Amino acid sequence: MRYATQLQQLKMKFFTFTAVLFLFWGARASPAQESPYIVTYDHYLEEPGNLEVEYFSTLGTQREGDAFHGYWVEFEYGAKAWWTTELYLDGQSTFGESTVFTGFRWENRFRLLQREHFVNPVFYVEYEQISGADKVIKEVEGHDVESDNTETNALAHRTLNHELELKLLLSKTFNGWNFAVNPLATKNFSPSNPWEFGYAMGASRPLALNASANSCNFCRENFIAGVELYGGLGDIQSFGLHETSHYLAPGVAWNLPSGWTVRLSPGFGLNNDSHSLIMRWGLSYEFTQFGERVSRLWERR
Amino acid sequence: MANSLVCIRVTVLLLFVATCVFMIPLSRAQDIIPRTAATDHFAYGELAKTPAKARARKNPQEGNAEAVLVGRKLFAQHCAECHGLAAEGGEKAPSLRADEVQKATPGALFWVLTNGVVRRGMPVWSKLPEPQRWAIVTYIKTLKGAPGPPVGNTTID
Repeated sequence: MRYATQLQQLKMKFFTFTAVLFLFWGARASPAQESPYIVTYDHYLEEPGNLEVEYFSTLGTQREGDAFHGYWVEFEYGAKAWWTTELYLDGQSTFGESTVFTGFRWENRFRLLQREHFVNPVFYVEYEQISGADKVIKEVEGHDVESDNTETNALAHRTLNHELELKLLLSKTFNGWNFAVNPLATKNFSPSNPWEFGYAMGASRPLALNASANSCNFCRENFIAGVELYGGLGDIQSFGLHETSHYLAPGVAWNLPSGWTVRLSPGFGLNNDSHSLIMRWGLSYEFTQFGERVSRLWERR
Repeated sequence: MANSLVCIRVTVLLLFVATCVFMIPLSRAQDIIPRTAATDHFAYGELAKTPAKARARKNPQEGNAEAVLVGRKLFAQHCAECHGLAAEGGEKAPSLRADEVQKATPGALFWVLTNGVVRRGMPVWSKLPEPQRWAIVTYIKTLKGAPGPPVGNTTID
C-alpha cells in the first residue's frame, strides 16, 4: 500500500515535470518592450495568454550590518487584456549569516479604463506573506528604514507578516516618454499595525523612437532608459517624511529580439535612513500563448 | 488573532487556487472566441468608433519603403501572434487583409492600434513609440488586394 502511494506520487511528479517541460519547450518567445522600472509600474499589462518569467536581484550595503543579496522570481500572466496576475517568490542571503526563503506575494492589476486617456489608471492589489527577514525592497512604505534590515536572519525570520497592499498606478506615454506615479497604502493584518503609505514614480524613454528594418540586438530602440524615485510616507498616525527612507534609481532595460530583457538599476539612498546603495539587476523572458498551451494540455487529458 | 490569520491564509490560498484553475479556461473561453464573420464584424466595428479627428490624421510615413520593412518586422514581433504571420487572422483576432481594414483610413488604424480593443483581448499598444505604430499601419496598408486564407480555421501554430 505504501509503495503504491509512493509510486503514485512519483507518477504525479513525473507528469508535472513533463507537463512543465512541454509547456516551456513548446511556447514561443516574444520580443518584449519592457520598461526599466523595477519598483514603479506603468499602465501596461501583460498581453493575454502570455507568461513572463522574471528574476531580480537586490544587492544592498548597510552601515551597521553585513551586506545582503535579496532576490525574487516573478511569474506574470496576462489573464485578460485588462487583468494581469503575478506570483512572487522571495529569498535573501545576508553575507556572513545565512540564506532564507522569505515568503511569497500574489499581485493582481486591473486596468480601469478601456482606452487610452490623459492619465491611465490601473488598480493594484497584493497579498504578501513574508517574514521579517525579507530584504528585496520591492517597495518602500511607512517608516521602512535601513536599520530594519540589520537584525539577524535567525531573529527576523521568526516574524511572519501578512499584508494587504493597494496601489493606484497612474501612467501616461507622450512623445515616447512614459511618466508613472504610484501612491500606495499597506495594511499589516496584525491589529497593532496601522495603515502605511508610500510612493513610487518614474520617467523613461527609448533611446530611439524609430525602429530599424532588421532584427538587431544592439539597436538603440532596444534600450529604454529611465529614472525612479521611491520612498515611504509614514503611517496613518505619523504621516510625513520623518524617519522614512527614499531612493533615486536610474535604470536601463535592454529588450532583445530573442524575447529576453535585461534590466540594471543602481539605487542611491537620499537620506541617512536609507541604504547608501542598492544595486539591482533583472532578467526576464516572455512566453507567448502560454495559456492556450495549458488549455490544450487539459483538453488532451 | 491566530484564528483570523488562519482564515486570511486559507482565503488567500483558495482564491489563488481558484484563479489558477479557472483563469486559463475562462481566458480561452472568453478571449479566444472562435472566429466567425459575426465576431470579425464586431472587431471591425471598433474602426467605426474612431473619433473624426483621429480618423483624419495623415500617416507621416505613407509611401516610405523603409517604413514598410520596419512595419513588417514590428508586425511579426508584436501582432502576428494573434493576427497571423500573414495578417490573415488567427484564433484570437481577425484578418487585417479584409476590406473593412484596408478601406479604413490610416488614422483609424493608428487609433485602434494605440487604444487596443481591451474588452476583446487586444492590448493597448501606445507603449510602442509613435513612429513605430505608424510603420505598422504603413505595412498593413500594403496588404491590400493580397489574397489571404478564408475566415474559419486559421491558426498560427
